[in-house]
Amino acid sequence: MSRARLVAVVVGGLLLLVVPFYVEEFWLRTGFAICGAVVGALGLSLLLGTAGQLSLAHSFFLAVGAIGYTFVADSPGRTRSDELSGLGWPPLLGLLVGVFLAGVAGLAFSPIAARLRGIYLGVASLALVFLGQHVLNSWTSVTGGFNGRSVPDFDLFGFAFADTPRLVVLGVPFRESERLWYFGLALALAAYLFARNLVRSRPGTALQAVRDSEIAASVMGVNVQRYKAGAFLVSSAYAGLSGVMYALSIGSVAPESFGLYVSIQYLAMVILGGLVSLGLGSPGGAVLGAVFVTALPLVLQRYADELPLVSGAGEDGLAAGEAARYLYGLAIVLVVLFQPAGFAGLARRFRTVTAGTVQGSTPDEVRGSGPGGRSRRRARAADRGVQQ
Amino acid sequence: MTQFLSLVLNGVSLGTMYALIALGFVIIFKSSGVVNFAQGSFLLLGAYAIVRLTGPLGFWLGALAGIALTAAVAIAVERLIINRLRGTSDISLAVVTIGVDIVLLTDLTRRIGSDILNVPHPWGGDVIRLGDVGISTNRALAIVVAGVLIGLFFAAFKYSDWGVAMRAVAEDADTAALMGIRQGRVSAIAWLVAGVLAAVAALFLVGAPTPGVSPAVYTVALGAFPAAILGGLDSTGGALAGGLLIGVAEALAAGYQDQLLFLGRGFGAVVPYLVMIVVLLIRPSGLFGTRELTRV
Repeated sequence: MSRARLVAVVVGGLLLLVVPFYVEEFWLRTGFAICGAVVGALGLSLLLGTAGQLSLAHSFFLAVGAIGYTFVADSPGRTRSDELSGLGWPPLLGLLVGVFLAGVAGLAFSPIAARLRGIYLGVASLALVFLGQHVLNSWTSVTGGFNGRSVPDFDLFGFAFADTPRLVVLGVPFRESERLWYFGLALALAAYLFARNLVRSRPGTALQAVRDSEIAASVMGVNVQRYKAGAFLVSSAYAGLSGVMYALSIGSVAPESFGLYVSIQYLAMVILGGLVSLGLGSPGGAVLGAVFVTALPLVLQRYADELPLVSGAGEDGLAAGEAARYLYGLAIVLVVLFQPAGFAGLARRFRTVTAGTVQGSTPDEVRGSGPGGRSRRRARAADRGVQQ
Repeated sequence: MTQFLSLVLNGVSLGTMYALIALGFVIIFKSSGVVNFAQGSFLLLGAYAIVRLTGPLGFWLGALAGIALTAAVAIAVERLIINRLRGTSDISLAVVTIGVDIVLLTDLTRRIGSDILNVPHPWGGDVIRLGDVGISTNRALAIVVAGVLIGLFFAAFKYSDWGVAMRAVAEDADTAALMGIRQGRVSAIAWLVAGVLAAVAALFLVGAPTPGVSPAVYTVALGAFPAAILGGLDSTGGALAGGLLIGVAEALAAGYQDQLLFLGRGFGAVVPYLVMIVVLLIRPSGLFGTRELTRV
């Protein structure tokens, strides 16, 4: 890491740490929501960008995580005890179970996924979203049905992420939003580091080989089915964590929060992020995309009065959410249009242009010294051969 | 038994609508290699255009104009976006149609708002009775019109120059291009046909017994995706079979939902997806799809 970059990272990190002392609650809540989206986008980015699998089922895995957490952590007596059941275990356990269940769900879907080529998979994964919606609506005792259920507050070894007990740090009252801010940052950072290391590791290289050409990858000794299943497992576990964070940030879970549209939003994050950073599948890109797509409607909403064309809630004209959708719908089209080589090409071009400075911190990694690097290069050559 | 027959009949009618949408989906895939996620928006666009144009123009002219408008938008999407992307990976092509879908759907949902708009079908909510079995006139007409259209389509696919050209492109795009087949034109016509088919399906989908045009029509259109996939994405016959299968299965599940109550209310809506998953587990390329062979 160059010195300038190191300084930037340290300064940025410190800024993020002091934010709760200066900023009002709205931004803290937005920040936690963004952190949740970052985790989810990292997961989808591993699947779409690194492994080349188009999945529209991300919102389903989010739902599994969110419901898993709520069911495990909620005690039956807390609300409407006669209708909703819950285990009443510690919330930390709930979080782990949520992530685990989502991962298992991803693994269970992977036999279907592994048999389908990219594009069949995209449509087949639609099925999970609709099946999930149906289950969310009808399994009332667990999911709360159409109206959903409220989510118990998180606590970590007795430290509650809630407004009570009162806690004052340096004269600033630390309420739920301040506490969650740090929690969100920690989770997002951990998720980012794990994803970055995974992409750079041997399995990550193998996955990229699978993305670029399955045949070439399997010739090089990559077990294509296993790696695809693994990608699904990791990606949906990420989605599960993101679902738990979403549940905590909203405070309740309802079926409408996990519709097809949410999946498409995550897709938008990964694709838009892929443009502005190092290519599709880079964790940094996923983070940027998540920040952009999540913050856009909230910020537009907040400044609706000052912006032309956008109107506040209840007025005639373009609502903030709609404006945001137009914007990133158009952005997706433009991104694909003006990067005609496609996503793999996008990643490739950036990698050659910025090689040595960004992608590979060591020159060897860029040139591809290990067996993985060779397979990646060959895979690309094969890919080009097919395309021409 | 009466209930069963009536459900099957209604299922067939729904199935032909699915088949129309799925056919559009399949020919777009065959001619330009694009999985068109915007097909649902085309359907909603057709419904909306028809509803708005039948007011000033009267039903017949309005319906025709609505269908033409949808086809025009479909062609515009092909010319302006898809045509420029020929030769790129199928994932980026699919993603770009998702982008188009977001924009179209946002716009249409905003225009429709929370109103339910009704198309003034001349046949209204009449019901035809065949013995004890009843079906709304709208749905019965749907079967007839869809049957004619599908028949025409298959004839054109088999005998017309365009049909032959399209099959050649689907078989081997490079060789077809070398033989002087203009891929751009083939693909543009495919998008045109898909737009027309979606709008015709929309015309009937928003009639009795469904309650008019609302953004929910988009969700109905999504049922055509499983139809296309389970028939095999590159098989026109498969789209027809898949559409019928899904339509009948959905109608039966909805009709017998009291007996299926243990699976939850509204189970009919997820039946298409369940059927698709089961079929894909057994045959990954769909019922009639070409198996993918990979040569090294």
